[in-house]
Amino acid sequence: MKIRIPFISQRSHQESPYSIEVQELTKCFGNFTAVNHINFNVRKGEIFGFLGANGAGKTTAIRMLCSLLQPTSGSARIAGYDLTTQPKLIKKHIGYMSQKFSLYDDLTIYENMQFFGTIYGIPRRELKDRIYASLEQLNLQDKSNALVYSIPLGWKQKLAFSTAMLHRPEIVFLDEPTSGVDPIVRREFWNLIYEAASQGVTIFVTTHYMDEAEYCGRVSIMSNGQLKLIGTPTELKEEMGVNTIEEVFVKFVER
Amino acid sequence: MSVIRVENLSKSYGKVKALRQVGFEVAEGEIFGVVGPDGAGKSTLFNILTTLLLPDTGNAYVFDKDIRKDYLEIRKHIGYLPGTFSLYPDLTVEENLIFFATMYQSSIRDNMVLIKPIWKQLLPFKKRFAGKLSGGMKQKLALCCALIHKPSLLFLDEPTTGVDPVSRKEFWEILRSIKNQGITVVVSTPYMDEATLCDRIALLQEGAFIKMDSPANIINGFQGNLVTLQTEDIFSLLNLMQHCGLNCTFYPYGEHLHVIFYDSLETALPKFEVFLQENNVTYQDIRQIDPNIEDCFISIVEKGGDASR
Repeated sequence: MKIRIPFISQRSHQESPYSIEVQELTKCFGNFTAVNHINFNVRKGEIFGFLGANGAGKTTAIRMLCSLLQPTSGSARIAGYDLTTQPKLIKKHIGYMSQKFSLYDDLTIYENMQFFGTIYGIPRRELKDRIYASLEQLNLQDKSNALVYSIPLGWKQKLAFSTAMLHRPEIVFLDEPTSGVDPIVRREFWNLIYEAASQGVTIFVTTHYMDEAEYCGRVSIMSNGQLKLIGTPTELKEEMGVNTIEEVFVKFVER
Repeated sequence: MSVIRVENLSKSYGKVKALRQVGFEVAEGEIFGVVGPDGAGKSTLFNILTTLLLPDTGNAYVFDKDIRKDYLEIRKHIGYLPGTFSLYPDLTVEENLIFFATMYQSSIRDNMVLIKPIWKQLLPFKKRFAGKLSGGMKQKLALCCALIHKPSLLFLDEPTTGVDPVSRKEFWEILRSIKNQGITVVVSTPYMDEATLCDRIALLQEGAFIKMDSPANIINGFQGNLVTLQTEDIFSLLNLMQHCGLNCTFYPYGEHLHVIFYDSLETALPKFEVFLQENNVTYQDIRQIDPNIEDCFISIVEKGGDASR
């Protein structure tokens, strides 16, 4: 028997202009402080780039923001929900995609989308419509029965993004979505990001391609668990007196 | 002298053609880069040349020895850093290195000179399990293990994928010093900016070499005229450009828009500026620039009329 809980909005910051609000967020593993009192807000519909050297604490921070990991101290509101008390509601309202795992190779394109859509509880008929709409946007209508392992990586990444968007999340977390992808597909992927952002979806993205950092509304750079640099690409370049985000990054991490 | 000679090499996995009639040579002492996205066939090529995988058709010779027959001899003289971490996670850093040295009947002391600069960075973690190292440190340990028997030829499969820009720079400095010790290096990467650090590169796309030359020659051979400009909202402009009706390829490049015109700029550029003005696009800093390898890749692939993606 299904137990139905009446829908009561549990969001307290309904009117907040931010979809991510982070205060003094900290995570320790034993003696090691992986994330050290970070603070930032991300506006609704903003494309927010989250950069940093390997081992700077990015992955730990993202895992906390997705409510997969509880912080040692500090607080955060994600899509209006509290990180410590409402992790389940957060999971319902965000999307997530990583380079490493995104889709099941031995399911077809359609089956993958159906699987993820069903997990998020999208009603069956509605889901079917949404899947076909996504496939049309990607120009993959004829390929819905192809096994995912047989399709090129570029398609896979775009498909994974659309799949992460099926339940219409308010925020989507993209962890190195374009790693290893060719220059043309990388740009096609960013077109999808821009389209989603223009519809009001907040994009939180990590990348090691510094040219992609320039496509973000604002960029932050983590180093040794701390978040010290945050601003628009233009602001950061002016502040550091350089011409590209790559130079900003190198200067910041090396100092 | 050619260290590697490859003729018409093909390999399929079921219906998927991983390599299609690839042919090339690598000269002694050069850094040869195989540049291409995931799934282009880079690892298949590396596994064949390191004698771990047999090709379906075609021939390959390493030090003039046949990869089919003389694989034992070849293995003695090559080092291989595969794309996935392949050391023993439950051995310490030092134990891993000793293990690999012993396998090749060498010792750490014999070839310490070769790995000293990298090994120094690993020393503080000597007693740590390899599985507990950070990504960058794992990569450095793997490189030490691939070098400890002093190979004459080193294969590196995507050593910098997922690595941050600062560590990538460091890694390439290490590669330079390896080359300076007379070791031939074959390295693959999905990063176009690393291509310029190689002596020669092959651009690999869907199992075939679409271009092979020195980075400078590839850039010199760029077909078309490249123009850059800046505008507030690149993505609106990209949508608008779909209808510009000019013979060109356009794409965002960092904070700039790049446009490759296939007609002469004298006629194309004024038309383009009229188009921008008619659509009330505010732009600045419009000028012709020299292409880099990424521009070349895009231009080559786009002109190949690639419809398979």
